[in-house]
Amino acid sequence: MIIVKNLTKIFQSGDQEIRALNDLSFSVPEGQFLTITGKSGSGKSTLLYQLGLLDLPTSGEVHIDNKECVGLSENDRTAIRLNDLGYIFQDYAILPSLTALENTVLPLLMQGYTTELAEQKAKRALERIGLADRMHNLPSQLSGGQQQRVSIARAIAHDPKIIFADEPTANLDSETSEQVIRAFIDLNREGQTIVMVTHEAEYAKLAHRTITMADGCIVSDTLN
Amino acid sequence: MADRLTVENSLTQNIKVGWFLAKRELKRANIWTTTLIVLVMTLTFLNLIVVSGILVGLIQGSEDAQKKYAIGDIVISSFLNRSAIEQTPRVVDIVKTIPGYRNHTVRYSGSARVESNYRETIKPGEKRDGAGASLLGIDPIEEERFSGVSKFVIRGSYLDTNDGDSILIGKNLLYEFTPIEAPGFQTLKNVEVGSRVKVTVGDVSKEYFVKGILSSKVDEFDTSVVALESEVRRLTNRTNLDAGTIAIQLDSSITPVEAKEFLLASGVGEYARVQTAEDAFPKFLKDIKATFGILGSAISGIGLVVASITIFIVIFVNAITRRRYIGILKGIGINKRAILFSYMYQATLYASLGIIVGMVLIFGVIKPYFTANPINFPFSDGILVATLSGTLIRAGILLVTTIIAGYIPARIVVKQNTLSAILGR
Repeated sequence: MIIVKNLTKIFQSGDQEIRALNDLSFSVPEGQFLTITGKSGSGKSTLLYQLGLLDLPTSGEVHIDNKECVGLSENDRTAIRLNDLGYIFQDYAILPSLTALENTVLPLLMQGYTTELAEQKAKRALERIGLADRMHNLPSQLSGGQQQRVSIARAIAHDPKIIFADEPTANLDSETSEQVIRAFIDLNREGQTIVMVTHEAEYAKLAHRTITMADGCIVSDTLN
Repeated sequence: MADRLTVENSLTQNIKVGWFLAKRELKRANIWTTTLIVLVMTLTFLNLIVVSGILVGLIQGSEDAQKKYAIGDIVISSFLNRSAIEQTPRVVDIVKTIPGYRNHTVRYSGSARVESNYRETIKPGEKRDGAGASLLGIDPIEEERFSGVSKFVIRGSYLDTNDGDSILIGKNLLYEFTPIEAPGFQTLKNVEVGSRVKVTVGDVSKEYFVKGILSSKVDEFDTSVVALESEVRRLTNRTNLDAGTIAIQLDSSITPVEAKEFLLASGVGEYARVQTAEDAFPKFLKDIKATFGILGSAISGIGLVVASITIFIVIFVNAITRRRYIGILKGIGINKRAILFSYMYQATLYASLGIIVGMVLIFGVIKPYFTANPINFPFSDGILVATLSGTLIRAGILLVTTIIAGYIPARIVVKQNTLSAILGR
């Protein structure tokens, strides 16, 4: 499903080179729930951005579904993000001027679904994560946990092949965090591939596999 | 994956999603901000139409007055090498047979000198109080029916058919209204209603009472001494009824060009020159009109640049402050073109609303107002010239300019790195 070969990301800070990712190679099979952990600045979010095609590495390859994606055009990478990937950001990143339903409908419309079909699928996704009664609310009318659940609904509505989650529980209280993690576990049980960055060890353990990073390198890669 | 790529890249999807985003963005935008932007667009549109419209209208007002009061739709005048229209009564009979004929007036003309203090003894070297003037002989009833000239009598009263010893005098001949003293151009200083003046044409002179003063903003009257036609014929030693001009008014069933063709086909061209009002307007008037048109377009052009910059700033500020929003859209797979469409829709909507409000104001308020209350310029009653076709062309120009002005800043922001936009770096 995901194959990473010799992935390196170097940031330039003045005259100084910072190796955020240092020659990483690994693969993630279909249906796996992978967590990436590590201290702040270890490179875990940078790795997620490269895997999710939000950023370009300095060198190396990222294969998704047997397709090498680093060399693709911006438009093609956008299309892969739309069709095959789902994103959940730490601060939810939902669009403030759209309701929960509209946020969820948007990628589906871009995919070419009719408005009716897109709304049906979006409503199903919102119902699935327990937000059926708030779907017409704007983000400003929702709690942090509800906003994160909108973000999850948006990520899963179009049945992506892989979901990427960047510290999805970082801004949530423990009860809401557990609900979010439980939602991920349920999705994974249904066969969804999930790659989640977290610094919370107890949540990392709930995944099939945990990659621990330090200074841009993989220091451990364990099955739980 | 390849099939989905094809679907995602279709223009229809980009347009649909762009509209989806723009609609919600506008729906939930601050009403006062939207109102302000629409107001700017409305003012810009008004600037495009009204400034040039009034500049052109200033001359148009003068042309309209010439047409309405002096020339009519068709004017028949003597050949340049003749002093009068030959066979005038016969020509008048033909004029009355024009299909669509409404009205006409026959005017006798000549050049005269008018003096006011001709009874006083003047010292050697002193000039008499006199002025050169056009002489206009009219049938008071026929002229009143044609031009309603009596409404231009600002002091005194209009002539009647028995006023053989009276004249009307145009305000441009009086120092009180035209205080100019220049070599070769003299005005009468001590003339008012009731004054006696001497009118001289060649070696024929006659005294007249000033019965009224004319002020019309039409040179035909304002620079003339107007007397009964019989008096003018006498002063000019004319023994027949051949007149200087015949002005004709038509109804809407015939165009001036068709009427001109009719007159020429009827043989009037053998006796006199036949011109439509458009042909007869002085060239300088047409030149000034064209110049004002260019000037108006130049000022409108500046207005257009201001509108473009306004929309550019509005969209740029909007896009810059929503950089993260745009980053998220790109991050979840929304195509750049869909995002650009959403901003172009917004720019289009602002411009369209501005144009619609502007159109309503122009055709519902401003134009009718200026038609009913012309601007009182010294030499004409200025109106607003705004044709529907001309207004629509300018609306189209404003719309296209606005869309481009909305597209450029949105493109600048949309092109930025997706991750940097999301993370606010």
